[in-house]
Amino acid sequence: MAYTLAEKILLAHSDADEIAVGDLIMVRCDIVMANDVSGPVAFRAMEEMGATKVFDRDKVVMVADHFMPAKDAVSAGLQKRLKEWSLAQGVHFYDQGRGGIEHKIMIEDGFVVPGSVVVGGDSHTCTHGALGAFGTGLGSTDIAAALAFGEFWQGVPGTILVTIVGDKRRFVSGKDIILDVLAQIGVAGGTDKVLEFVGPGAEALSIDERLAVSNMAVEAGSETGIFPADEKTAAYLEGRARQPWEPVRSDPDAVFASKLTVDLDRLDPLIAMPHLPGNIQRVSDVTGKKIDQVYIGNCGNGTITDLRQAAEIFRGNHVHRDCRAIIVPASQAVYREAMAEGLLEIFAEAGLVVSTPTCGACFGGGNGAMAAGESALTTTNRNFKGRMGSGEAEVHLANAWVAAAAAVAGEIVNPAEVLA
Amino acid sequence: MIISGNAVCVRGDNIDTDVLYPGAYLNVDDPQKMAPFLFEGLDPKIREELVGETVLVVDENFGSGSSREHVPQAIRASGITCVVGKTFARIFYRNCFNLGVPAIVCPEASAAAGKGSVVTVDTDTGVVTVDGQEFQARPIAPFMLDMLAAGGLVEWSRQRSA
Ligand code: SF4
Repeated sequence: MAYTLAEKILLAHSDADEIAVGDLIMVRCDIVMANDVSGPVAFRAMEEMGATKVFDRDKVVMVADHFMPAKDAVSAGLQKRLKEWSLAQGVHFYDQGRGGIEHKIMIEDGFVVPGSVVVGGDSHTCTHGALGAFGTGLGSTDIAAALAFGEFWQGVPGTILVTIVGDKRRFVSGKDIILDVLAQIGVAGGTDKVLEFVGPGAEALSIDERLAVSNMAVEAGSETGIFPADEKTAAYLEGRARQPWEPVRSDPDAVFASKLTVDLDRLDPLIAMPHLPGNIQRVSDVTGKKIDQVYIGNCGNGTITDLRQAAEIFRGNHVHRDCRAIIVPASQAVYREAMAEGLLEIFAEAGLVVSTPTCGACFGGGNGAMAAGESALTTTNRNFKGRMGSGEAEVHLANAWVAAAAAVAGEIVNPAEVLA
Repeated sequence: MIISGNAVCVRGDNIDTDVLYPGAYLNVDDPQKMAPFLFEGLDPKIREELVGETVLVVDENFGSGSSREHVPQAIRASGITCVVGKTFARIFYRNCFNLGVPAIVCPEASAAAGKGSVVTVDTDTGVVTVDGQEFQARPIAPFMLDMLAAGGLVEWSRQRSA
């Protein structure tokens, strides 16, 4: 029987002899992750299930990243609970200042390998598809069961094959590829499906750019956004991977739910306009709109690649006097890399706030909320009403070049216009 | 299982979990304390309609976005016994079943219901009744029916660990 990449992974992690789209199966997890928001809710549910110990402490990762550093005493209490539970269970635990944003550090630290199943108490666990894993987000009660028994129930999803062709033009990044997919299929177009990215344009993407693409698969409603492992994946995992792995690919005669193409030769920098990630325009069609705050960061777009792109714009430039800008390296490792390369100096010089690695304002948790009537341009993944503070604020999503350029101009602008 | 209640309609497609339960309140981890923030980013006045046993009636791709279980937890704690919609976002959908609050996919019933309609759902047959008018919902997988009968994933798992 011919299977897609996602089907092969699920089949290998279940007791079924064969599977078909729509079948409901129990799937074994290689890694279970939660954070300061989803973890404590899951711990309660796990206790109620009568389970006292996790199924395998080496396969559990807890990360304090959402309200980190704690915004108030209540949030501090959640992090205390997360830490105490993690120490008592003996699982992997990333404390304040020791890691950063969950998805980025799990990838950096080799927890995610091609062909594995990663579940996280966070919808952007789909990011792990960048390394060829079935990474998917679950709620806290699902996570509780996964912590206790090492498995979760799952309907076998169909797969949408996304073929990326052509060469990226100037100021186009991974972010624009996934925004183009959203423009094509909409915010519910990937429901009960996996996105699989193939083709010369996909192979040419760096791991950082693949993170940006996979990160927003859930914005199309998809379970995960997966890149078949290749030499780039292997090179990245060299000396990093915590478990052996084999590359997995879709069978040539696998059946796909649908197919679409992203043509890089024709792709312009894109932007998601308020208040929906699928509300896509070309940047050049919406220039001139005033921006009050720029936010460069998050699990998929706070990579060294994003920071280098931002630094290209900020070198010799200054944040506009009517605009504020925050830059958030996704992990301590990215932070240190940026420091070693002199990027943090460029940002501070240009008048940005350089933040600790954290989720923070990406989900409205703190460190950069928006006031009513203000507009933000961010490299994050959601621009829902109220996502970054006031429900009367507007959020736009774009790549790091576009975001940095808007900070310099104080309005949406084509990046070429502000290069110093 | 037969579930019923008075309809509370929340109209609009792609209603996301951020407006249903804004990020600033995610530092609450006790499900009993989540209900006061339900619909906070959408329209807090909807909470006033949640009297007695209610059925939430929604449109397309309801619950898109975050995996935050705070939304279905607050839904359950508010006396909402089930959600009837045209389509649901996947994580929200499974979270609902895990908490014993079924999300029923039945576009016709969603369209027929209005504020205060009496809605009854037979989860086994998939028949949804709106003010006496019958509609057929999409089928629910046997595993999910088992889990519902147990009361949700916590209870189902407790039986399993016993
Ligand atoms: S950075 Fe934003 S999108 Fe990523 S895990 Fe944190 S809150 Fe979620």
